[in-house]
This record gives sequence, structure tokens and C-alpha cells, in this order.
Amino acid sequence: MNDLVVRFEHIVKVFSEGTHREVRAVDDFSLSVARGQLVTLLGPSGCGKTTTLRILAGFESATSGSVYIEDRCVNDIPPQKRETSMVFQSYGLFPHMTVYENVAYGLKVKHVPKAQIKRQVAEVLSLVGLEGLERRSVGQLSGGQQQRVALCRAIVTKPKVLLFDEPLSNLDAKLRKGTREQIRRLQQELGITSIYVTHDQAEAMSISDAIAVMNVGRLQQLGTAEEIYSRPANRFVADFIGEANFLPARIIEVGDGRVTIRIFETEITVEQDSTNFSPNEEVEAVVRPEAVDVIEVDQGDVNAEILFSHYTGSVVLYALKLPDGSRMEVQVANPKERGLLPVGARVGLRLHRKSIHLLKKEL
Amino acid sequence: MRLSSYRRELQNEIKRLIHDPVLLSIVVVIFALLIIFIIFPLVKVVQFSLWPGGKFDPKYFLNFFRKTYYWRPLINSMIVGSLVSLFGTIVAFIFAYGITRTDIPGKGIFRLIAVMPIVSPPFLIALAAILLLGNHGVITDALRLNWDIYGLPGLVLTETMAYFPIAFMILEGVLAKIDPSIEEAALDMGASKLRTFLTVTLPLAIPGIASAMLLVFIRSLEDFGNPVVIQGNFQVLTVAAYHAVTGMYNMPLGATLAIFMLLPTLMIFIVQKYYVARRSYITVTGKPSGVGLKSTEPHVKYPVLALMIFLSGVILLMYGVVLFGSFTKIWGIDNTLTIQNYLYVFKVGGQYVLDTIQIALIATPIGGVLSILIAYLVVRKRFIGRGAMEFISMLNFAVPGVVVGIGYILAFNTPPLRLSGTALIIILVFIFRRMPVGIRDGIAQLQQIDPSIEEASSSLGAGFFRTFTRVTLPLVAPAFLSGLVYIFVRCMTAISAVVFVVSASWQLLTVALLYEVDQANLAAAAAYGYVIIAIVLTAIVFMRFVVERLFQKGFSPIARE
Ligand SMILES: Nc1ncnc2c1ncn2[C@@H]1O[C@H](COP(=O)(O)OP(=O)(O)O)[C@@H](O)[C@H]1O
Ligand SMILES: [Mg+2]
Repeated sequence: MNDLVVRFEHIVKVFSEGTHREVRAVDDFSLSVARGQLVTLLGPSGCGKTTTLRILAGFESATSGSVYIEDRCVNDIPPQKRETSMVFQSYGLFPHMTVYENVAYGLKVKHVPKAQIKRQVAEVLSLVGLEGLERRSVGQLSGGQQQRVALCRAIVTKPKVLLFDEPLSNLDAKLRKGTREQIRRLQQELGITSIYVTHDQAEAMSISDAIAVMNVGRLQQLGTAEEIYSRPANRFVADFIGEANFLPARIIEVGDGRVTIRIFETEITVEQDSTNFSPNEEVEAVVRPEAVDVIEVDQGDVNAEILFSHYTGSVVLYALKLPDGSRMEVQVANPKERGLLPVGARVGLRLHRKSIHLLKKEL
Repeated sequence: MRLSSYRRELQNEIKRLIHDPVLLSIVVVIFALLIIFIIFPLVKVVQFSLWPGGKFDPKYFLNFFRKTYYWRPLINSMIVGSLVSLFGTIVAFIFAYGITRTDIPGKGIFRLIAVMPIVSPPFLIALAAILLLGNHGVITDALRLNWDIYGLPGLVLTETMAYFPIAFMILEGVLAKIDPSIEEAALDMGASKLRTFLTVTLPLAIPGIASAMLLVFIRSLEDFGNPVVIQGNFQVLTVAAYHAVTGMYNMPLGATLAIFMLLPTLMIFIVQKYYVARRSYITVTGKPSGVGLKSTEPHVKYPVLALMIFLSGVILLMYGVVLFGSFTKIWGIDNTLTIQNYLYVFKVGGQYVLDTIQIALIATPIGGVLSILIAYLVVRKRFIGRGAMEFISMLNFAVPGVVVGIGYILAFNTPPLRLSGTALIIILVFIFRRMPVGIRDGIAQLQQIDPSIEEASSSLGAGFFRTFTRVTLPLVAPAFLSGLVYIFVRCMTAISAVVFVVSASWQLLTVALLYEVDQANLAAAAAYGYVIIAIVLTAIVFMRFVVERLFQKGFSPIARE
């Protein structure tokens, strides 16, 4: 059974002002979302996330390519007939209506009987702890409450797809974590297929079944949080998700599901799909700052000198100079155990074998 | 590659429009209306001028350069326009400067007086000038003067008083936006007050001043009410065209004069919109604020105050003398007080009062809804021809009323759209004349509303119509109602375009007023004037009450033009 609820196929969106100026906001973007999944579009600001979402909702039309909702091509279907619901960055609540009227709006449009509207609205409001606020005007609510009203309004109509455009960006940091858990819990309980847009990688990683990393309008990688962090598809993804050192390495030998490289003066065997690599090839090794041990000089894979240390309590971050003059960042957890190393100290570094990830060299 | 993605977008737009039948039909209907009631009359004007009798014959057009009768009125209009533009802007600047840049007392009252002429029939001022300075004028008699107010002096005086408020509203906005700290910086560097004014304040206000001058010039050029009362032998273009059409039934002549009225106004309008208005955003920076106004030096403050008191006195005197005149038996001959003029207005003109109110009450909501609908389409929807829709619907901003009036009688005198003599043609004139201001204000309103509110509605399943009526309209309601008052006021006070389309069966108060002036029945004319003012004020007060009760929001019926 093909249970894909949403399918983007080769979507291109060009904004043109007349014939002379254009912006390629989305570029050959393809993605499928299975029923009940929450997929996040993650990428830096201006990379085309919102535009992609709006193409699905029907507020923009793609320049080329197709969008399917439950196997129906919706390219020419106006937004009101797509059965998608959007939670907007600015919430987009109807300011002249009460909480009740806001949430009931979509049901009224569908001519649901009054008694049923009443029941459904009460039900959904109690899911997010807003019972009793029905008669309030939305202007009297706090930001967090407004956000939840927007969420209720979007889910009460049982849309085929629920869309979120940076729904937490107007909340303060404390509220964000709680609200994001609430969104995830509701989404899973109700089994609503969702697409979630954010530029915050922590938010994306904690909430999603899968993450689609975007840059300059293109899909860079689709995967679980674990996959995009530990097996980034390219330099952009490795850099955008968390911190990364890119170390030059050369391939010595290619085996089945393993690759042996020479990095610094050491030979290391890395577990990784080897089909794309060939012996003698120059590659880049992605080494996360936390995947390195700082040990005695001459004991590790390479020696380095501490240039700078940044102590935050739980971890200490060292910037180090490698023998070839390049720079590397290493993070040491629980620094109390080993003591803080002074700037200028010479140390040895040992890379965690399993955490090394190889990338083809990008031109 | 570039062209192809552009063309693709275009194709997509067409497809989307076809798949949204409600939007499509609304767009088609609006375009049909715009073409029939804005473009078509203008085409007719050109046609009658260049193709009189069906064949191309530029005789009338070329006569313009040959015959004094043709070009003299244009020259006269230009002279009046230039002087009015100059004096009107100076008066306006004094008021605007006094109100925004000094600490004189009574700013609210001065402001009220300065905008009074906007809500009254413009030619009431001309009537006042005659009552004061005419043959039997109060001042003429008191000083035993022997002069003639008719002609250039009367025109310049009345139009200056009638149109400086437009300049005032622009300059007030511009001066209020000049950050006082910029002036203070100049003062800190040792510049004198005068030097600061000349080297800082004035240059910053220049684009605003230019805008104001150009708009007042256009207003003067297209003014019909004042000249028809007071021009004497100094024939201006609007009145010449009026006489050609209604007096001589010479349509090609009227149409040709209309074209020569249209060309300069269009040109100035374009210069104002695309050159001056653009520059003004660059030069005036800083936030509006009232600080730095605390101490105005006496030698600046008192002359400004004195001028403002004098000018306000003149305006109040003008309104006062019309009020007084409306209660006299026979102006200048028998000044005993009586209410017979008002009885006369309600006996002879009772039907006019009813007709006018009825027509205004029909035109106002239609014009209002149409304006906001077009504004909504232009701001929120993307469809083919959106730019054209905006342009055409705003075109009447630049088209003088007389040209519209002539266009309407030329266009709607014959089948298939034979409308002359009906109330409908008057209603149509009102609607399409007032739409540009409504649209512009509607656009400004809508741009302040977060588009995701409307998008939320449509993503929840609401179609175009429901979203517009349940979400958009309620959100713009306060401004919308204020806009309705503006249209209503304009309907009650308009003359230039409608004077061509009124008929025996449908007469308007303004036209009746003009008739009484023509008959030298000044007291009755004055009474008509105050009946109009009373209706207008009632409407404003009523709407203010409604808006403040309903929305607890501010109310400003006087739109900037
Ligand atoms: N309506 C529009 N007209 C022109 N350019 C647009 C429009 N909407 C978005 N863009 C451009 O498209 C690109 C992607 O925008 P967006 O999808 O909003 O990015 P994101 O949501 O990832 O921050 C940006 O360069 C933006 O400037
Ligand atoms: Mg965005």
C-alpha cells in the first residue's frame, strides 16, 4: 500500500519581478511524507522553507513541478479546497473574534451542526489546557495561549496535512520547549501528518520523524535526526547541523562497508558505505568536537597546541592548532576531571573511530 | 531560461484564475465596469474631438492653436492655477508650520478651521467673496469701494481659500515627520533660527511643498464651481467647456477643450506621483516626535500666530457672511433677518434635498464596497491584469471632473447605454469619481493587516467571498466607515462632473445653489449652502458616533487627496 500523504515532485519556484529580476526560491525540490509522520524542513533563513510550505498550502503556485495530496495533484486546487491547515508564524488569529469563534471558524465553513461544533471545540481546547477561555477575545491572551489557539484552530478540522511555519519563533525561550513537546504529543496522539518548518536545528531534531535539510532552495539531505548528524550527506549539512571539523584525509583501501584512510600520520578504518570512494582519493573527514579525546602529547593520532579555551561549566571548548597550521575545535565534557589546560599547552588528540564520517571533496 | 520561467508563471496565473471561478468572475465584472465607466467616456471625448461626425478631422483640435477662443481659457486657467498654487501653498505652509513646529496655543481650532473648506461645497467660498466684496458686498459698501471682484482677483482669492487645505494636509504630514533633532543639530552648530529654517527645514520640506503646489494647481485647473460663479470675463477652461457643451451644444468643441484640460493634469499627476512623491521618502527621515518644540522664539512665534489668526478670521468671516446672508431678505438691498430663504429651500428645493440625499446614499455604499474590493484584489491577489486594474481604477484621480462629465454625456446619451436623464448616471459619476481615494485608503489599510489572517481563513476552507466578508471587511470596518463618510460628503458637495448629467427629473442641491447664484438670488443660494453643510455635518457626527461606539477607534472622515 502506498500511504504517502504528501508528495512534492521536482518543485521549482521562481519569483520574478517582470522579466528582468528573479529569485529561485525553491529548486527541484522532491519529498514524500508518509501518513502520520512529522517531517521538518530545516535550513537557514531564506532557503525557501516557507515558500515550499506555501506551495503545499496553495498560497503560492509552483513555477514547475507538482504537488500531490493523497495521490491527487493539487497544483490547480485553491487553498480552501486542499484540506491543509497552517499554523502561521504570526498565528494569523482573527482579531475580531473570540477564542471560541476562532476555533469554530473552520467547522462553520464546513457546515458542521452547531451542537457538534460546540463539542469539538471544547474537546480540542481541553487538549491544550485552554478550557474556560472560550469567550475571551484573542487580543487578551498571552503569546503562548494565542499560539495554542492557532494550533486548536488548525487541528479541529482534521486536516489531511498540518503545516507549521516557525510556530515557536514568537515565544520566549522558556515556553518554546514546553510548546514543542505539546505539539509533538498532540501530533502523535491524533496521528496528523505534519510538515514543520524551522531554522532551529535543536527544535527540528527533537520534534521530527524525519528532517529535510534545505539550502538555497534545494533539498540537501532527508533523514532522521541521528542520520543527518552522524552521516551528513555533504559539507553544508555537516556544518549546519551541530559543529564540525573538516580534516583532510586520503583513502588507502576500500572494503565492504569500510574504508581505510590516512589522516595525519595515522591509518584509521572507518565504517561507512564505500561504494563512492576509490583508493588514493582525497576526502574530507567530518570530526565532531565531542568525538575527540584530549590526551598526553605524543600519545594520540596527532599533536596540537591550545590556542584558546572557552569554559562553560559543563564543557570546555578548546581551539587547537594542528601541525599543518590549521585549526580544530574540540569539546571536553566534565572538564573538572582532567583540569583545565592552559593556553599554549601541547596535547595529543585521539579521534573516536566510529564517529568519523567521510565526505567526497567538494569543489 | 529567464523568459521561460516568467512565461510559466503567467500560464500558472491564468490556470489558477480559471480554477477559481468566483475570483475570475469578480475580476471580469470589475474590469467590465472600469472599461465602461472610466475608459469608454474618455475614449468618447477623444473621438468627438478628433473624429467629429465620424470621420477623422482634426479641425477642432488644430483650431485650438489658431483661435483665441480656444487657447485663451487655457492660458487663463494656467495663470489662475499658478497664482492659486503659489498663494495656497504659502497659506498652507504658515498653518502647517505653526501647528507642527511652534508652540502656539489653540492648534486644534486652527486645524479645524484649516480643513473646514474640505467638507463644504467648494464654491461656497466664491459665494462668500461676492457677499463680502461684490457689488452689494458688506466690505464694498462699508468702504464705499468701487471695484470689481469678478475676474482674476476673485478667482485667485476664492480658489486659494478653497484649496489651501489640500496643501495644508500634505505639508502638515511632511513637517511633522522632520525630526526636530535635525534642526537642533543645526542650531547646536551655531546656525541662527532663520538660517536653520532656510538651510534645514525648508530643503527637507521641498518635496512636500512641490507635491502640495502641484496638487493645488491641478485642483485650481479643474475647479468649476468657483469660476462659474466669479470668473466674470476672465474665462477659464472648465467654464468654457461647460458653455460649449450645455450652452452651444458644440460637443466637438467641448471635447477638445476637455482634452486640453486633461493633458496638463495628467502630466502633472504623473510628475507628482513618480518623481516628487518618490523623492520625498528619501529626504524626510527620523521619527515623528513632538520634542524640541517647547521653546519657539517670540519673533518667530508671534508673526506666525498673527498670520494664522488673520487667515482664520478671513475663513470664519466667509462662512459667517454666508450664514448671515442666508437669513437676509434680499442681500444688499433689504438685510432684515428672516427665515424665508430656508422655507424657500424646502418648498422649492425640497425635492432636490431628497434627491441628493437619496442619490448620495445609494452611491456611497456601492462606491465604498467597490473601492475596498478593488483594493483587496490589488493588495492580496495575484492575477493577470492586476496592475492594469489598479491603474485604470486610479485614473480618475487625474481626470478633471468636467472631463468626466463631458465624457459621460458623450458616452451615455445613445443606446446601448442610454443613461442620460436618469438617477443612475449621477450615481455612476459619483461612484467612479470618488473611487480612487477609497481605493488608495483601502490599500493603505489592507497593507497593515497581516496577510496570514486571511490565509488562515482560506486554509480553513473559506472561499473568496466568505473570507472577504467575514474576515477582511470587519478588520477594515472603522476605516471603511470613515471612507464612506468621505464619499458621502463628496457626493453632497460635488459639482464639476455632475453638472453635466443632472436633468429635470434628477436635480442636485449644488446645482440648485448655482442656479440661485445665477439668478442673483444670493440669500437663497446661501441657504442652500447651509442646508448642504448641515447634512454633511450630521453625517459626520453620526458616523463618528457609530464608529467610536462600535470599534472604540479614531475616526477621520477627511481623506487626504
Ligand atoms: N513573494 C515573494 N516575492 C519575491 N521573492 C520572494 C517572495 N517570497 C519569498 N521570496 C524570496 O524567496 C527566497 C526564499 O524565501 P522563504 O521561502 O521565505 O525562505 P525561508 O522561509 O526559508 O526563510 C528568499 O530569497 C525570499 O527573498
Ligand atoms: Mg520562513
